[in-house]
Amino acid sequence: MASVFEITGKKTLSYAEYLGSLNIQLWATLRAMPAALPLVGNRHRWRAAIYQMLDIGVTALPMVALLAMCSGFILAMQGAAELRRFGALHYVIDLVAVGFSRELGPLITAIAVSGRSGSAFAAEIGTMRVTEEIDALKVMAFEPVEFLLAPKYLAALISVPCLTVISNVFGILAGGVFMFFSTHLSLPLYFHYVLTSIELRDIVMGMIKSLAFATIIVQVGCLEGFRVRGGSDAVGRSATTAVVRSTFLVIVADAIFTAIFYSIGKM
Amino acid sequence: MSIISVRDLVVEYDGRRVLDGVNLDIEQGEIMVLLGGSGSGKSTLLRQILGLERPKSGSIFVKGTDMTRCSQAELNRTRRSLGVAFQSGALFNSLTIKENVALNLREHTALAPSIIDLMVWMKLAVVGLADFGDLHPRELSGGMKKRAAVARALALDPELLVLDEPSAGLDPIVAGELDELILFLKGALQITGLVVTHELPSAFRIADRIAMLFKGRLLEVGTKEEIQASQHPAVKNFLNRTADNPVHAPAVAAYLERYVQNQGAKS
Repeated sequence: MASVFEITGKKTLSYAEYLGSLNIQLWATLRAMPAALPLVGNRHRWRAAIYQMLDIGVTALPMVALLAMCSGFILAMQGAAELRRFGALHYVIDLVAVGFSRELGPLITAIAVSGRSGSAFAAEIGTMRVTEEIDALKVMAFEPVEFLLAPKYLAALISVPCLTVISNVFGILAGGVFMFFSTHLSLPLYFHYVLTSIELRDIVMGMIKSLAFATIIVQVGCLEGFRVRGGSDAVGRSATTAVVRSTFLVIVADAIFTAIFYSIGKM
Repeated sequence: MSIISVRDLVVEYDGRRVLDGVNLDIEQGEIMVLLGGSGSGKSTLLRQILGLERPKSGSIFVKGTDMTRCSQAELNRTRRSLGVAFQSGALFNSLTIKENVALNLREHTALAPSIIDLMVWMKLAVVGLADFGDLHPRELSGGMKKRAAVARALALDPELLVLDEPSAGLDPIVAGELDELILFLKGALQITGLVVTHELPSAFRIADRIAMLFKGRLLEVGTKEEIQASQHPAVKNFLNRTADNPVHAPAVAAYLERYVQNQGAKS
């Protein structure tokens, strides 16, 4: 009996400890952020941030665009299958437009970035721990959080929302292509309907979500890297854990944000 | 005045005592070799001196700053007068050898890029790697990596050079070259050295004084002659390469006998 309580307690404590370290790391990163800013900060950090933006954002573009188009098709087709029975096929436009800008765009982007970059952060920092490079940074009077984490976080805060916008565009475009082939609705007219159905609020909600997702992906990925103890096998494990945990937390955060926005919207 | 003084240092990991009341002084201009077997606590002592870990009790003064209690800013200021070459080299894998050496100069000084290039070339020439500056660490052999790490440690003209296992994993000739390099640096730059090693020939070649560490305690500190003349059994064992607790033959015989009897009883 005691052992059940013991295990529960230990697990709870370890999760609490994990969330605690995530918070501490987030505050440390925010304090170090000014160093990564252009003009006012350290230009080497800003340059590192630009490289990270290329890595997180630009190279992920084809993948995110394709993912968004596939999801757009899926959403339009599944929606159309049901809505057609009620003769409400034109609601597919609203479904795709609002669904993507509020929900699917940020989520699909976050999952793609977490798989591509979250694991890369964990592997990079984990390897640096194993090869004593983190210790070398410290004794060379560099702060690892400022040197490694701040540029990555800044880059993610800029490139993830950009990717989200692109993912929105491609998802909605896929809906338009579907509408063109099923009802011969012209694309300009489709986009006209899309713009009447989306409000600015939907886009802003999506952007707020994507900022939160970027935070989760970078912080979890880097924390997993910094927690690596031991050898190269631990690095591989940390990359896997980074993806699993950040995807999990992204979806939990998505649920929380959606609930908040839903209750605000009702008022 | 001594450049490093360690006072009553006690370090524990999970209740296991790794260092137990260590007292050590390193004078300006001497090369102190920290000698000890695996698990003797010499790497731990080094990490404590560099301020990478905090002790349970005791204090470490490096150039008058207490590394165990000072603020992060003071720690970084003191670290800038230290040059550290880690056991694995810990060169940054994403940078070339030149960039590795230049990193400290670029970030911690306001020197012009042309001056930095010249200084980097000089440091690389000192360790005999002037022609290899554009290679990445993975393209270098083990000995070259160690020498590049020494060049990086020398970048800011430190008062104290700390070398962790400089000859570990190298063949005797390359290890000998590294010893000569250390002696050359001492002669040319009047540098103070702290060298951690378990290699006897290397230790006796370069040391002004030797500190012998055994199971977390300093057994003997003195000149080469004093160490060689030591009557302490553990020091004698180490110097004569006698095993501390050789395999106990009667115990093995008794175990085998029991095993055979058990097998007989089963059949």
